[in-house]
Amino acid sequence: MSFDIAVTLHRGNSRMTYEFTTGPGLTALFGPSGAGKTSLLDAVAGLVRPVEGHIAVSGTVLFDRAEGINLKPEKRRCGYAFQDLRLFPHRTVRDNLLYGWKLVRPEERWLSVDLALDFLGIGHLLDRMPSTLSGGEAQRVAIGRALLSAPRFLLMDEPLASVDANRREEILSLIERIRDELELPILYVSHDRAEVERLAHRIIPVEPPSSQA
Amino acid sequence: MGGLSPAEWEVLLLSLKVSGVAIAAVLPLAFALAWMLARWRFPGKVLLDAVVHLPLVLPPVVTGWLLLLTFGTNAPLGHFLVRTVGITFLFRWTGAALAAAVMALPLMVRAMRLSLETVDRRLESAARTLGAGPLRTFLTVTLPLATPGIMAALVLGLARSVGEFGATITFASNIPGETQTLPLAIYSALQLPGSEWQVARLAGLSVLLSVGALMLSEWLARRSGHGKGGHVL
Repeated sequence: MSFDIAVTLHRGNSRMTYEFTTGPGLTALFGPSGAGKTSLLDAVAGLVRPVEGHIAVSGTVLFDRAEGINLKPEKRRCGYAFQDLRLFPHRTVRDNLLYGWKLVRPEERWLSVDLALDFLGIGHLLDRMPSTLSGGEAQRVAIGRALLSAPRFLLMDEPLASVDANRREEILSLIERIRDELELPILYVSHDRAEVERLAHRIIPVEPPSSQA
Repeated sequence: MGGLSPAEWEVLLLSLKVSGVAIAAVLPLAFALAWMLARWRFPGKVLLDAVVHLPLVLPPVVTGWLLLLTFGTNAPLGHFLVRTVGITFLFRWTGAALAAAVMALPLMVRAMRLSLETVDRRLESAARTLGAGPLRTFLTVTLPLATPGIMAALVLGLARSVGEFGATITFASNIPGETQTLPLAIYSALQLPGSEWQVARLAGLSVLLSVGALMLSEWLARRSGHGKGGHVL
């Protein structure tokens, strides 16, 4: 089992409950914007604390309310590609890419920097500042930064949101390669049916929460 | 107009010493307060905010008087400091530094709080997911992004403390060579008939000092601004 999730999240004055388990590969959370999909990714990453339930990935328990387990974000080994990218604006592309890489023990790294640069096609961007990158370039750097931190699973939040229409295909096929070549469980959030049907091994529909407390 | 006279040198160096010590000593406190006000929620926060800002809104002479009440040799805290650490503030340059620090504190807290509040906390959570603990996140993300604001706070604080007059003269008095900083020296010179030239020279000196501090801060901001350029104020 890859993702084993049963949580209740507080969001404003509404509650959302997610309950699903997945096999390996790419699982898409599919639903309209505002349905709270990002909140679930944040909970898996440890940035949001669920009110109830448990989260385990590939057998490692990240959160369990009943057991009192709540791993800190830096201990979860997740590769989170944020919808808003969150590249460090004061650091070069190189320093962004190496930020997480430097924090992992060498024996736990499973991707070399050269391979990542080649894979993502971003070797020529290393000395640039994030503010000078195009949407597609920045997205590839953000994905590269996540991959180089040697994650055990990936969280991808609307990776096409910041990409021009004519660069979508480039990012889509990159995600397909990540899905097929890296053997990482991936939790993928999107509101686009065609995108989800193309990429996902399984689709979990997410409805906007009813606002009863 | 030749070099500075020995008396002018003394005033200048004393001013620099008083302001430098005041700002260096108050910087960590100002940062801690800015952090608490920007990031924490706790009961009494409004009160703390008000107390920090008091020196900004009180007449400086009142702040000086309050310092007298608190740190005078007969005041409990002043007495305690004399006996334990051996520091006296009254009529000493340390007193001028204390007055300057207290007057600079609110401006510094404001500038740093503002810059901490504009640091994008989503970047901090990104650092956490990449494996950085809270301290590393602070040192590699929060602090660098807040640096321009901290520089602004330093400049504002220095400018405020170099210009400090009311609280200093009330609390530490106007003693040449000990507590007579530039503004106090100008004030004293103004009291003497026929000293217009002396006043003008001292005033020019303080203009030079202020402009120099501004230029220094611009230079620092440019160096720490990570290619983003821009002004600190």
